[in-house]
Amino acid sequence: MNIEQQDFYTQAILSMAALVGLTSFLMLGQGRLLRLIFVFALQGLLLTATTALAAYSLDNYHLYISAVLTLALKVIFIPIMLRRQVLAMNMHRDTEALKNNTAVMIGGASLMVFSYYVLHPIVQTSSVVMVNALAVSLSVVLLGMLLMISHRQAIAHVVGFMSIENGLFFAAIVATNGMPLVVELGVAFDVLVAAVLFGIFFFHIRTSIDSLDVDRLNRLHEVEK
Amino acid sequence: MIAAYLLLLISFGGILYFALSGHKADTGKINICFNGVSLLATIWLAINVFNQGTLLSEDKSFLVDSFNVYLIVLTAFIGFTTSIFSSPYMAHEKDLGKLTDQRLKMYYSMYQGFMLAMYLVLTTNNMGVMWVAMEGATLATVLLVSLYRTPESIEAAWKYFILCGVGIAQALFGTILLYYAAVQIGDGENALLWSVLYTNADKLNPEILEIAFVFLLIGYGTKIGLVPLHNWLPDAHSEGPTPMSAVLSGLLLNDALYAVVRNKMLVDGATHSSMAGFLMMGFGLLSFLVAALFLHRQKDIKRLFSYSSIEHMGLMTFAFGMGGPLATFAALMHMTVHSLTKSAIFVTVGHASQLAGTQSMDKIRGLIRTQPKIGWGLLIGTVAIAGFPPFGVFTSEFLVLLATMHSYPWLAPVLLLGIGIAFAGLFRHIQPMVYGEQPEGQLPVKANLWPVIIHLALVLWMGLAIPGFLADWFGQATTLIAGSSPL
Repeated sequence: MNIEQQDFYTQAILSMAALVGLTSFLMLGQGRLLRLIFVFALQGLLLTATTALAAYSLDNYHLYISAVLTLALKVIFIPIMLRRQVLAMNMHRDTEALKNNTAVMIGGASLMVFSYYVLHPIVQTSSVVMVNALAVSLSVVLLGMLLMISHRQAIAHVVGFMSIENGLFFAAIVATNGMPLVVELGVAFDVLVAAVLFGIFFFHIRTSIDSLDVDRLNRLHEVEK
Repeated sequence: MIAAYLLLLISFGGILYFALSGHKADTGKINICFNGVSLLATIWLAINVFNQGTLLSEDKSFLVDSFNVYLIVLTAFIGFTTSIFSSPYMAHEKDLGKLTDQRLKMYYSMYQGFMLAMYLVLTTNNMGVMWVAMEGATLATVLLVSLYRTPESIEAAWKYFILCGVGIAQALFGTILLYYAAVQIGDGENALLWSVLYTNADKLNPEILEIAFVFLLIGYGTKIGLVPLHNWLPDAHSEGPTPMSAVLSGLLLNDALYAVVRNKMLVDGATHSSMAGFLMMGFGLLSFLVAALFLHRQKDIKRLFSYSSIEHMGLMTFAFGMGGPLATFAALMHMTVHSLTKSAIFVTVGHASQLAGTQSMDKIRGLIRTQPKIGWGLLIGTVAIAGFPPFGVFTSEFLVLLATMHSYPWLAPVLLLGIGIAFAGLFRHIQPMVYGEQPEGQLPVKANLWPVIIHLALVLWMGLAIPGFLADWFGQATTLIAGSSPL
């Protein structure tokens, strides 16, 4: 099926999916924390736009609520909180030297291919836009994990964690036009609490190891020596 | 159904009460009251279910059937007995100067928060809300793991937060896929209700559900502590305060397994294949064996018993995966006896480590001479968890073995080997702690061992002769899950 034959809404959603996937890759290769947070906020903004678009084209009022929640949480609250942490820790000038940047990028690309492979069985029963959207959101989830593996700073881990949430949220919006309202509110509540807890944790980790480098959290072992 | 609402309201009230009132000398006792009232509410609920069968609330958001009602009672019961233990224990920790009033206030508030999340996981009829509550349970306990603010506890809490957070995100993806399959056949707002999904299970798209189940198993499996997703569990259990270890081991792991089994029922209905069962069997058996081996290499007493929890959760996952009436019955029973025994053990372990002033097993010695009650408690608890007759763990493990021999005879030696390794791993550590030479200057501590006695007596009772109503209950739940009952 050709993309020009799809209606405007489908085309817009597909472009959004591509952009969301792109932001994930941008985050993956980003060594500076402030820019990482900025790209994360950008991803949140894309999500908000997608949600608003879906709400408008489906005339579904509760998706507007989701859009507002996303805007408030993922574009404003969490990035600002993280940014303040970075500035307070005076880490905004540091560049994290990413090991094996090339390998990580190739790994990310393979994960994207892998997502398409995993969702291949549902091609017969779903429309093109669904398969693409689900595959992109799965790869955003996996890329978020890769981001957490390849970065050492706790703040980067939180960004990875939240970007996993973004991927899930994108799947919920595009594939199913949003989860039932009660679930969506619950998830938003969990994300909010998690964000606050992360803030508390930064403080604890800093007082405990005097840095936010999680590689230095290495006292506990599976088998004690 | 009123009882279920009441239950949720009590725990919610508990959160607010403890958060707002500030810590006083009797806060621990008030916590016992809250949990006691919850326990009464669950018994009321159980009687209702017993008389009327499955209860579905009017707006269909809550469902209580024979499967979850016994877990609800178990949750409330262990929550109650652990609160009895926790009151003097936390007071003692405060006397030692490890905790402040402010942190105790948070502890009690989050204790209720955790209970609320557990009750919500069990009573909700909405698979999405179940996920939200499961994540809520992590969020409620994560600050309790780091309650002592030692570098180790902060590391453990961070690991717990990140691993469980990322893990459970996979379960949300699974839930979204489930919803995606469900909206294709039904209306949007009700499509995630378990009761709706279950009646329409055979109409759901099997390909989507197979993919969904993989994500759900990985997601909730992280919380169950399945190998290789178990890394957070020993850390979180060993670094947090002991009452938390007791409820995490006794309740959280069970409820995560409950979520997996609920989803498996849907997937089985849609796919008519054993794919979900095989996955659970594989992960379960792997966890069982790996954890049994890890038991041998532990130095910290709480880590030892957290590996034992992984081992038992692996066995249950294996049994649920095997399916069939006998295996399911055995798994349900094992859930109960394991929770009771393991929380009893953590209570004695808590006292033992307060007595010795350390959690390191090399330094805990001569418990039976210093304080016979604690020594015997630990010994009998370990005997019970290792699966000796006449305790209930023996009965359920024996039933699992029997079911294995029936369906997959070639796996029976593997199971026996695992049980043997685990037994050796536990006793090589326990023996010197209980019987060894008592170090100088070791003094008895103030200990309340009633929870231990009650739990172990119940486990013994279930091993000697399962009470009729309980067997009936397990039978009904088995019918619900596996289609028929072995009774």
